[in-house]
Amino acid sequence: MINSKYFFRGFKSLKSLDSPALALGASFIAIGALLKNIGFNLEQSIFSTFLTYALPGSLIMAESFIVGASLINIFLAVWLVNARLYPMTVSLMPLLLHKSQPRWKYYLSCHFIAVSAWLIMKSNYQKIEKRHRIDFWMGIGTGTWLTAIISTIIGFLASDYLNKDMMIGLAIVNPVYFTCMMVGAMKTIQISLSIILGAILGPSFFFLSPEWSILYGGILAGSLAYFVGEFK
Amino acid sequence: MNEISNNIILVILVTSFATYLSRFLGVISSEKIKETSKIFKWFNCIAYATLAALIARMIIFPAGVLSESAILYRLAIIIAAILLFLITKRNLVYPTVLSAIVLALLNNY
Repeated sequence: MINSKYFFRGFKSLKSLDSPALALGASFIAIGALLKNIGFNLEQSIFSTFLTYALPGSLIMAESFIVGASLINIFLAVWLVNARLYPMTVSLMPLLLHKSQPRWKYYLSCHFIAVSAWLIMKSNYQKIEKRHRIDFWMGIGTGTWLTAIISTIIGFLASDYLNKDMMIGLAIVNPVYFTCMMVGAMKTIQISLSIILGAILGPSFFFLSPEWSILYGGILAGSLAYFVGEFK
Repeated sequence: MNEISNNIILVILVTSFATYLSRFLGVISSEKIKETSKIFKWFNCIAYATLAALIARMIIFPAGVLSESAILYRLAIIIAAILLFLITKRNLVYPTVLSAIVLALLNNY
């Protein structure tokens, strides 16, 4: 059903040079500690990472929960900050689709789409034959997802020993890792321009609308980069 | 206590549904998109751009504890991390580990 050779090849990308394990670990340790501090118990914290597995969404959830936001408000805030997963899925799944593979694999494994696993898959997919890519992807996804869950547990249990400065140190790891991965991904004009314009326009739109800034900035920057790349 | 606990479960379910929705709709759309098509290229640009927008926002307007550190420190650390990443032939361990230690220390002073 799942080709274990490719699955474990993907799973082992946790040990590679550009491994996301460290960054994921640091940020989900911070999430585990944060969830404990706002009153979640261990099971609920595990359940949260198990089901959501997207860092910005969990942060927004925690912040909304503290201020007592309504469920509708939480839904909208999380949906907006995680809407980037839509273009990420659309720009990944066509690379993995193969007619010999059952559909459930795609609907199940799309749960693993998060920045870390996505960036790893995008930089490795060409090395894998197309019909085996979904199994390779499920390996990457399972590995990164388990790392996040285990780190949530560690963070929850260690939260009493983590002071504020250490939490701040943990929180910078993820943006640093993502920034470096993005710099590493700048191989064509279109991608480089998308990344540079996105990094400028995203925060600029924050002054107009904090909630919509990522989507507005991202769609505008990506479209500009696309047209410049196509018609230059 | 029971009511709070039920509330937490609901909050988790709503958050995960709001997150899975975009992934699920993405797979449905992917069925009709060829990897060689222009629309695929366009979505690829948008994906990288929204990621860059998100990361830049995490650094400049952070949520959570990161907002209690000085923005100048964060920007300096990001620039130093990119340089370190390029100098060390794309090693990701040095920039991530060092940036955490440096920011925690700087914030302590």
